[in-house]
Amino acid sequence: MKKSMKRKLIFWGFLGPSLIAFTIVVLVPFVVGIYYSFTDWNAVPGSTIHFVGLVNYKNVFNDPQLIRAFRNTFIYSFYAVFLINTIGFLLALLVTQKMRSANLLRTVFFMPNLIGGLILGYVWKFLFLKIVPNIFQTDGNMLSKPSTALIAMAIVATWQMGGYIMVIYVAAIQGIPSELLEASKIDGANSWQNIKSIIFPLVAPAFTVSMFLTLRSAFMIYDVNVSLTNGDPIRSTELIAMGILSKAYKELNFAQGQVQAILFFVVVASVSMIQVYYSKKREVEM
Amino acid sequence: MKNYNKKRLILEGIGLILGILYLSPFYIIVSNSLKSKRNILVDTMGLPTTLQFENYTTAIEKMEFYKSFINSAWITFLSLIALVLFSSMAAWILVRTKSKISTLIFMMFVASMLIPFQAVMLPLVDFFGANKLNLLNNRFGIVLMYIGFGSSMSIFLFHGFIKSIPLDLENAAYMDGCNVFQIFYHIILPLIKPISVTVAILNGIWIWNDFLLPSLVLQEKALRTIPLAAQYFFGAYSKDWHLAMAGLTLAIIPVIIFYLLAQKHIIKGVTNGAMK
Repeated sequence: MKKSMKRKLIFWGFLGPSLIAFTIVVLVPFVVGIYYSFTDWNAVPGSTIHFVGLVNYKNVFNDPQLIRAFRNTFIYSFYAVFLINTIGFLLALLVTQKMRSANLLRTVFFMPNLIGGLILGYVWKFLFLKIVPNIFQTDGNMLSKPSTALIAMAIVATWQMGGYIMVIYVAAIQGIPSELLEASKIDGANSWQNIKSIIFPLVAPAFTVSMFLTLRSAFMIYDVNVSLTNGDPIRSTELIAMGILSKAYKELNFAQGQVQAILFFVVVASVSMIQVYYSKKREVEM
Repeated sequence: MKNYNKKRLILEGIGLILGILYLSPFYIIVSNSLKSKRNILVDTMGLPTTLQFENYTTAIEKMEFYKSFINSAWITFLSLIALVLFSSMAAWILVRTKSKISTLIFMMFVASMLIPFQAVMLPLVDFFGANKLNLLNNRFGIVLMYIGFGSSMSIFLFHGFIKSIPLDLENAAYMDGCNVFQIFYHIILPLIKPISVTVAILNGIWIWNDFLLPSLVLQEKALRTIPLAAQYFFGAYSKDWHLAMAGLTLAIIPVIIFYLLAQKHIIKGVTNGAMK
């Protein structure tokens, strides 16, 4: 009896600090957040909260700003996932060749990944406003129109994440048995045939994983959105993550902001679960 | 053989061009950070005509760079120490305790990795507000938040690593009369060093660069971290590009130094984290 008591004490003692912090910071706000989404919560201290049922959910789905933000996010994600994976894969092909500068290049391509999205966005804001128009001799800039601003954001995300995705593809390419490539070389295959018939099929599982990884990060993008356009002009370049904050802190509609946050959770969690499913499947196959 | 050399030369050439292209944004901001306001107006691409180091002294002063650097360092350092220690303690006891409640708690941590920060931020800020926990604008408050948000992934990584450590060592130590704390401190902590480095690097990059959370909970000027100071500075000096560029360069320098020092660990840690 005494021994099992002691064991329990040790168990909760070791778990305690993490569990308490986690409960206060994640668990309670998550559960309370779901409750708030069905109320007229307005974040004013001391005001009473009334249950209103599904009203907020109904309003959110009729909100043109949210629909626009969703559309922007889908368009942006399409560009970003495509660009990041293409560039990441090409860079991985390059740095896995037998060449002297391979390691140095890896270091260089990975570097932007360590700098925060906010700072990167500001760096590129200068480039898009001052350098790009200068190179192409135009007066306009990409950030002034929603259609091109989304492409600009995808370019920044590619500079940031290309090297990260490259590292994942490098690991996959290095996992290919070298006998396979040598055998095909002896059979007279050229580099392109090697890429097409050996590297591509064998890297395909890593491709699925990094597709979802980039999709998740594309849906969640916020920092670059803030620094590059801040949603301007007139909230036309706002993506869904920024939309939650605008709904709450600009429109002061906290309950509806929380509904958007829950929808955001559903979308992001679904993408993550599909990614985990494919990662697990890949592990089994390997 | 000659053909092979030619191919290699072309590859090195492509690599060189791409490398320069990738680094060119850094060149642009550093060169422009040393120009005068007039110099930037007429020439953004070239090297500065005269080196104007005053841009940096002005940026350091207006951005309160030293203060924000210390704030960032303090918050990141304390969060990392706490995260590595608490998460490894929790993961170890979860691995070594075979019970329903232990499995359930571990599953809860894993499942919570699906929750994006945005899903909980509005109630979180409310909950930490003046009439409740009263921990906004408080360095310890934000550290507590980082422990809470970072613990799921950290426990998950530690859990995976500790599972593969054989029990024999711990059992032998029990026989020798060690208590749990001694075993954790003298046996487990040294053994899990590799994964501790990974955990620290992944959380460190995230916390150091994080903008959204501090922007919500640290409104006081004296508490600004580097991203917050950069946002403020860039907003206030968006017409003075020479100063803005100096500010950005200052914000980037610590990260680059860290990267060059711990490059191998960082790339390995980040890949480990992504593959899990």
